[in-house]
Formats: sequence, C-alpha cells, structure tokens
Amino acid sequence: MTTRLFGEPVQRREDPRLLTGQGRYLDDLGRDALAAAFVRSPHAHARIRDIDVAPALDVPGLVAIYTWEDLPERVGRALPLLIPHPALTHGRTAYPLARDVVRHVGEPVVMVVASDRYAAEDACALIEVDYEPLKPVVGLEEAVQGAALVHEDVPGNVGAHLVQEVAAADGRGAGEVIEAAPHTLSFRLDIERSASMPLEGRGVYARWDGRDLRVYSSTQTSTSVRMAVAATLGLPLPHVEVIAPDVGGGFGVKIVHPWPEEILVPWAAMTLGREVKWAEDRREHFISSAHERAQIQHVRVGFDDDGRVLGLDVTIRHDHGAYTPYGIIVPIVTSTQLLGPYKIGAYRVAFTSVYTNTVQVTPYRGAGRPQAVFCMERTMDKIARHLGKDRTEVRAVNFIGPEEFPYDQHMTFQDGRPLIYDSGNYPEMLRMIKELIGWDEHERRPGRGIGIGCYVEGTGVGPYEGGHVQVTSDGRVHVSTGLTSQGQGHETVFAQIAATELGVPIERVSVVTGDTRRFGYAVGTFASRAAVMSGNAIALACRKVREKALRIAADALEADPADLAIDDGMVHVAGAPSASIPLSTVAVLANPLRYAFDDEAAKATQFSATASPDRPPVAEGEEPGLEGRDYYSPVRSTFASGMHAAIVETDPDTAEIKVVRYAVVHDCGRLINPMIVEGQIHGGVAQGIGGALYERMVYDSHGQLVNASFMDFLMPYATEIPHVETAHLETPSPLNPLGIKGAGEAGVIPVSAVIASAVEDAEGIDVDRMPISPSELFELRELRELRAAME
Amino acid sequence: MKPPPFAYHAPRDVGAALRTLAQVRGKVLAGGQSLIPLMNMRLAAPEHLVDINRIGSLSAIDATPAGVRVGALVRHSDAEHAGAHPLLTRALKLVAHPAIRNRGTVVGSLVHADPAAELPAVLAVLDGTVRLARWDGRAVEREVPAREFFVGPLESAVEPGELAVSAFFPALAPRTGTAFEEVARRHGDYALAGVCAVVTVDGDARVTAARVACVGVGPVPVVVDVTGACGGVDVPGASGGADVTGAFGEVDMTGASGSAAGGWAEAARAVQEETEPESDVHASAAYRRHLVGVLAERALRNAAREGAAARGA
Repeated sequence: MTTRLFGEPVQRREDPRLLTGQGRYLDDLGRDALAAAFVRSPHAHARIRDIDVAPALDVPGLVAIYTWEDLPERVGRALPLLIPHPALTHGRTAYPLARDVVRHVGEPVVMVVASDRYAAEDACALIEVDYEPLKPVVGLEEAVQGAALVHEDVPGNVGAHLVQEVAAADGRGAGEVIEAAPHTLSFRLDIERSASMPLEGRGVYARWDGRDLRVYSSTQTSTSVRMAVAATLGLPLPHVEVIAPDVGGGFGVKIVHPWPEEILVPWAAMTLGREVKWAEDRREHFISSAHERAQIQHVRVGFDDDGRVLGLDVTIRHDHGAYTPYGIIVPIVTSTQLLGPYKIGAYRVAFTSVYTNTVQVTPYRGAGRPQAVFCMERTMDKIARHLGKDRTEVRAVNFIGPEEFPYDQHMTFQDGRPLIYDSGNYPEMLRMIKELIGWDEHERRPGRGIGIGCYVEGTGVGPYEGGHVQVTSDGRVHVSTGLTSQGQGHETVFAQIAATELGVPIERVSVVTGDTRRFGYAVGTFASRAAVMSGNAIALACRKVREKALRIAADALEADPADLAIDDGMVHVAGAPSASIPLSTVAVLANPLRYAFDDEAAKATQFSATASPDRPPVAEGEEPGLEGRDYYSPVRSTFASGMHAAIVETDPDTAEIKVVRYAVVHDCGRLINPMIVEGQIHGGVAQGIGGALYERMVYDSHGQLVNASFMDFLMPYATEIPHVETAHLETPSPLNPLGIKGAGEAGVIPVSAVIASAVEDAEGIDVDRMPISPSELFELRELRELRAAME
Repeated sequence: MKPPPFAYHAPRDVGAALRTLAQVRGKVLAGGQSLIPLMNMRLAAPEHLVDINRIGSLSAIDATPAGVRVGALVRHSDAEHAGAHPLLTRALKLVAHPAIRNRGTVVGSLVHADPAAELPAVLAVLDGTVRLARWDGRAVEREVPAREFFVGPLESAVEPGELAVSAFFPALAPRTGTAFEEVARRHGDYALAGVCAVVTVDGDARVTAARVACVGVGPVPVVVDVTGACGGVDVPGASGGADVTGAFGEVDMTGASGSAAGGWAEAARAVQEETEPESDVHASAAYRRHLVGVLAERALRNAAREGAAARGA
C-alpha cells in the first residue's frame, strides 16, 4: 500500500467516533461535578443597587453564591484586552461578574454553585437584583449620535478610530483621485448582526486536587486559557493543565478567552475543593457570548470608462457591542481585506468602532471579510451597471496579474505585518468560475438572476505553532500539536502529513490536539491557520524524526543514510528491499536500555550486538527516543482566494428567494485533503447563506434581543442549502514548506455579496442591505413601484 | 434551561387522569413539543404535570364515513401515515420536522392553539370539534366546535381540570378538493402566512362551496366562506392534464379563463380583508397581508382543481 497520502481524499478518521456518539464533549465529562449557573442581567444598561441572595439560601442542594464583591482582587479584575492596538484609544472589557453597572442583557451578575443545574437555576430564579435602569444605546445610528453613553468615560461611544490611506502611483490621495475620475458613484451599505452559533455552546469543567488544577474548556485555545487561568488564580504554570475535549464547533466565538466562566469555574473549584462544571445553554449563548458582522459602510468610488477603479473611499461604522476583549481585529480585517483580488488606484478607509449596549462583537468565521467583500463586490456590480458592462469584465480589468506576485497592497494586515499577497491566479480563477456556473450561457429573465463574488483571504497568521512527533517501539506514530480542533478534521489531515513524511501507514498515526499536557506551546485555532501553521510544524518535526531514523537505520544496515528510503513503515536500502529494518526496531534502537521489558526491547540493551562499545550510548547532541519537535513561524500570512457564483430564482408573487445553483472555485494552495477542503467550503457556504438570507440579531429599542432562540434566529437547515459545486485551483504558497494556504473560512466570505448580486440581477433592484428576507424583497418591489408611479 | 420543580403524575387511564386534573392545577403532558421548551425556559411553571402517555385508549384513530376522530395521544406522524383525512394529511406534512412529528400530537397542537400552526386551521375550515372531559363524580364530556374552541393566541376553550380527549375532523363532501398553501422562512417553520382551502364543485366542475382558513394572520385561525365570490366559477383544467409547476411548486393556472381568474382574485381579496396580520421579526404586516391573498388564490385554485378531478370518483 502507498504511504503517499498528502493530497488524497482520505475519509475523516474522527467521524466514526463523532457520528456514533462516542465523542467526549465538555458536558460528557464531570458527571459528579457541582453545577454552576448564572444570574444574568435582564437590562441592557443598568446600575446595580443591591443584590439580595437571602431568598435563594433555602434551595435544596445550594452550595455557594458569589457576586463580584466576593471575588479576590486578582479574580475580580477586568478581563484582559487580548489584542491592544494604538487606535483602540478607549478599549473596555467586562468584569467576570458585573461590578456596579451592567452593559448588555445577559451580562453575568451572580454565580450560583449547586448540586446540579436544576438546583442552581432554582436558586438563580430567587436571587433578587435591584437595578436602576440607565438609558441603553442600541444600534449604530444611536451609538454614533452619542447622546447616551455605554461607558461614562468613553465620549461619543467611540472605542477606536483608524484611517488607513494608500496613495495612487502619482502620490494623489483617494479623495483627489475620485474627484478627478471620469465616473463616480457613492452609496451606503448595511450588514446586520449574526453569530458563530456552534452547536455546542461554551463550557468549563475544573478539578482541583490541592496542588494541581485541571481545566477542561470548550475552547479554541487551550494553551492561552491555561496561561490566563494560571496568572489570574496565581498558580505556577506547571500546576495548571487545560484540555480542549471534543469541541462541537467554534467558528470564532471560542477563541475569545478567558471568558468569565473560564476564570470563575476553576476559582470556585479551588475555593470549594469540589469539581465544578458549567455548560452554557442556548439562551446564554445568544445573550452572553459574542456576535459579529454589523456594519454600515459609506462608499465613494471613482473609475474610468473600462471600469478600472482609480480611487476608493470607504467609511465604516462598526458596532463592537458593550466590550472590546478582542480589540479591533474585525474592522481591521474588513479594512484590509476589502481590496480583494484587485489593484485599487488610491484607497482610503476609515473606521469608527463604537460601543452599544449589546453583546460584544468578536470574530465569527470570516471575521470582517464578509462585510469587506460585500462592500467591494457591490462596488464592482454598481460600476458594471453604470457602464453597461458585464460584471465579470469589470472585475477582470481590476485584477492583480498572475505575474505580479508577490503583490504589495501597502497596508498593515491583522498580524501587524505588511499586506503582501504571496501567490494567486485570479484571471484563471474567473475563467473557471464562469465555466462552472455557465456565466456566458446564462439565460437572463425576470425572476432568475446570476451573481458573482471574489475574495482574497489572508490565512495562516502567526506567530507560530509547533508539532511533536514520536515513533514508539510498537511502530506507532504519535503526533501532537497545541492548537485545538472543533471538528475540522485535524486528526485526518495531520495524520496524512505525518504518514506521508515518515512513510508509514496512516492507521499507525494518532493525533492529539489542544491538550497542554502533550504540547504546551501554541496560539490557537482561528483565521484559517491550523493546516498552515501546525501542518507545516508537524511536517518539519517529521523530517527531524525521519533524518534520525535514517541515521540509526544506516548504522544497523551498514548503509549510507542517503541510500535509504521508508515505505510502509520499513526502512530499506533503495532498490534492495531485502536490506531493511522496521521503523519500530529503529525506535527501539533509538532508546538505549538497561532493562529489557520485552523481546523487542532486548535489542537495545547493553549486551546486544547493536550497541557499539566505543561510543556513548546516547551520542553527544542526541536525545534518546525516536522523536522530534519543531515549530513553524511564518514571516507573514499566506493569501488564499476564491470566486463564488450563484443562480437564484425569486417568486413573482411571494417574493421568496431560492438559491438554485451555487458554484465555488477555491485556491488554498496545495490541497492536503480535497474532501475535507470541500467539506469546509460546504459548511462555510451554508453559514454564508444563513447570513445572506436568514440570520439576524434583532434588538428592540430597549436592548432586548427579541429572537434569542433557534425558533426565531433562523439558522438555515440542510433543506435551505443548495448543492455546492466546487472546483479547485492550486497556486502553492511560496511561504511554507508544504505550499499550503488556509481554507477554514473560505466558504462563508463572499456569500452575501454573491446572493445580493444574483437577487439584484433577478429583480433589477439595488440590494444594499444584508440579509434580505422575502418580506424585505416585497418592500423593495413596492418601493420600486411607488417610485415608478411618481415618475 | 431547566424547569422549576413540579409534581409529576402518570395516570394509566382516562378516569385517573381526570381525577388528578380535578384535584390539582395541572398541565397535561402529551407530546411535550411546546410545553417542555416553555418549562425549560421557565416561561411556564406548572406545579403539576399530568403525563397522559401511558393511557393507551387515547391513541386511537377512528375513521367513519362521517369523519375521523383522533385521540389525544395520536402523534402527528401516526395521523400522517394513517392518511385518515386528506386535508389533515396534507397539513401534517407542513408541521415542523419528522422528529417533532414523531412526538408531537394532533390534539396537543389544537389545545396549544398557536395561531401560526396548521392544525387549528384544518379543524376550523372543516368545522370540526374537540371533545373535552372532566371529572365530576364521573367522567363528563362536552364537544366544542372549532369556532368556539380557539379563543385567542395560545388560548383554547379547555377549562382548568379538563382534558382534551379527542378531536373530530368531518369528512369531505363528494367532489370536494383541499389545499394547504403556506410560506415559511425555512422548511418546517411556523408559516409567515398560510391558507387552507376546501372547495366543492358540481358535476359540471362549477364551484358550489368554497371555504378557507388562514394561519399566522390573526389571533385565531381566520375562517372565510368565499362561496359568494367564487361560487359558479368554472374550474379550469378540470378536463385533466398534468399540473404545470414552476420553480416554487405552485400550480400554473395560465389556462384560467378571465372570469374564473376574477372570481379567485375576488375571493382572495375577501380573505385578505378578514385578516389582521401583525409585524414581527420575520415579516411585516403588509407583506403578510399580500401573502395571504396570493396563498388564498393558490389554495382555492388548487382545491378546486382537486375537487373537479374527483368528480369521477
């Protein structure tokens, strides 16, 4: 059998476990643990006058009730601002439990620990919190007016303001270029809130044995949670372990950390000397975790007769909710990734990131890119319509040419590094997507429209990831990396990489992620980075192991290492398969022994023939064992790209919108596993269709989230998602040894832009807001008729 | 999302259930597809839960020429697969998803009286009844017609201490067709608006009776008799021929004569005027009003066509 598995559609190895209920998610652990529950603010903005816990004290099973006042100084501090930025002049974060003021519905106020969750919720229901309601700030318009303030000490509700400018080649700024352009357009775009909505909510389970703390968290970064917990609770790092068990989806919300519960649950476990667990319920997830997307964009664009963009000026108002624990990454990503596959003459982008009395905004799959692509692709469509040109033609004249890489966009990306695209082939991709969807053959008729959207996605941001690879004396290969998995298929793709690099059957490779006991140094899983970062680190670690294996085998076989190959777990002299030694034996020989615990181990003991009497058993500079560790730290991000196209049909009577076809051409460099990449794309497209046609967070003027359940927050079902047709283009990244780019977020990024493009084509109505529902399409039609009647 | 404490009763026959309900302020648990989420969200906090799932006698579906009687424990999926009543079967396919239909009950849905639900509209358009029982030294029953049963949003005529033991869906008259047209945001969701229609034609395929009930556009199912508007209308396509369906599955009635189209449209306008739609997070009142007109016309046309096709039967 072949051991060359890189690039093959290997079936997901984790699926039999996950699909047959053998997964071990957070709430599957800690059966006997005490349960935590939280009293959460029912007000969007209020001052806490008093908390009376007395009525709850008689609840059977009650163990403890904590308010902010009960927390030690270190534990009660404001949560960290994870990513500071000079433009974030007024960053604010929450306290683990509300201190004096609550700033959104759902903010935790009181923690209850009880024998089970039922008792804990009974106690929560009896605790009386006396609130003095304050004026809530809801929505971008209200926030910008600044009449009421979310934080008393943040004037105008402005957390951050950042202007980035790229001058034209002749040094003129965007404003000047647009003024002088042959054609100009200006318009406003609106994108509403949505959220990651993993099927499994957040959750924390902690055990304290008097010396060591073990924390399980449904997180996207166990290493960073570990450091935060150790620092906050004042524990030495070696005494804290954090493990991400099976995690039922993250999509960004679980990269935020430490969540209040990630501090409070371990602290309660230590304080009470008991195991404590908290598993978030869906209502809590809606009102207490994080949302994303909401932006208003004002666009001015100047272009020539061919549709070439000469200057682009975008002003973004970004709603970051009540707090900024994740800094201003989302609007920074919007600002920079807006440029897409295009060469824009002069560019000015300014964003104002404002506070509202709503759930905080942190990255959700796509992380600001869906808004960016919506902006740029709407712009391209409007230019095409203005000039009477085909929409793909306008895009093509603006593309960066395949010969122009590396291409410097002269901006600073979210990793603090220059925005330089490493590779890509946009004209070829456009040709492929047009062919896949049948763009030129598309039959145009009312009620049937075709749309397109293009994007470039910076993936694989640093700073680093690591991999550890160990071959044990049974011939098994144990791979571990510190970043976490939320269902992506890491157990499969990392095993494919290791099997290919080491020449072993994939069945012998096991993969562990997100367990700080196995690998302590990591950043986390986000920004489409796991394959790029850990994939390359694991490949590098495997190469170290391979080199050592060949050296040891060469000794044993009395051959030159350069003449050796590894296939199917056997090291052999190339061209002479009989001169061979199993990798398992090499692993035995790599670890000189005094005691033979079995027959195989005897080969490594002091009186065996293989031990050379003239050298130390472990040579200088060597380590015992057949294992290796390495890290991958890229100079900057690698840039994946894609183009999507869709055909939609709109019902002339009911205004229902149906996606009839959906096609994706995607370039994530070399593919490790095309089946997994396609799965990532399918899931992303499904989330994108959710954002385009179904999902929104509806806040009323009091700051109540009125659709905080799966009944009214319309996450699409499988029945709403069309078959997704895919084709791959592979332009390898020159930045990493495997030539790969990230794929995790790709599917979701351009969907709103594509659907808007297609609906606009079907209806002949400007579609400048997303999502769009049948009711809203009906209103747009009515408005058009009204306008026509007035003219 | 855990319910507050409650006492749990699991009677094994109707008499025991009624005696329990007479003694305690209890909520009846049948399929639990609405009650349990309400309890988990602490929006409902009954002190007593009377679980009727062990009462086998309530699982009967009795079909007679007069109609079909559905017991309080008949699951949506049982009724759907029994195919005992064409309009009920049609409506049940629109109720939520298979997992919910496997557990939820027909009578439970009626008692829950959600104005956006399909089954109350079916009972209302058919002039069906719900049989209620209570304990007064012995089991006492009363039969409540649909028009009196649905009192308001999530409010039915079931009094404290009463148990809805069955519902009766009257059989269709000869040469009668039905349709249920709705628009939901996602497959299986409560409809933004929906219309079910029952249309009877004579031997010449002319409409003799037409009645609709609308969901999602009023506090209770909105029943409108539109015989006046479309009575006497010739049903187009009655001579047979395959349905032409567009992308959205609606029947293409391009063959409709001018007068017939006028009759349907007039009927649809009459239906619209009877509705009181409201705006919510999913749709505006104006859209719902528009929608109910579109759906009424579609439902009436499709029901009429089915009635005409049934002439030979």
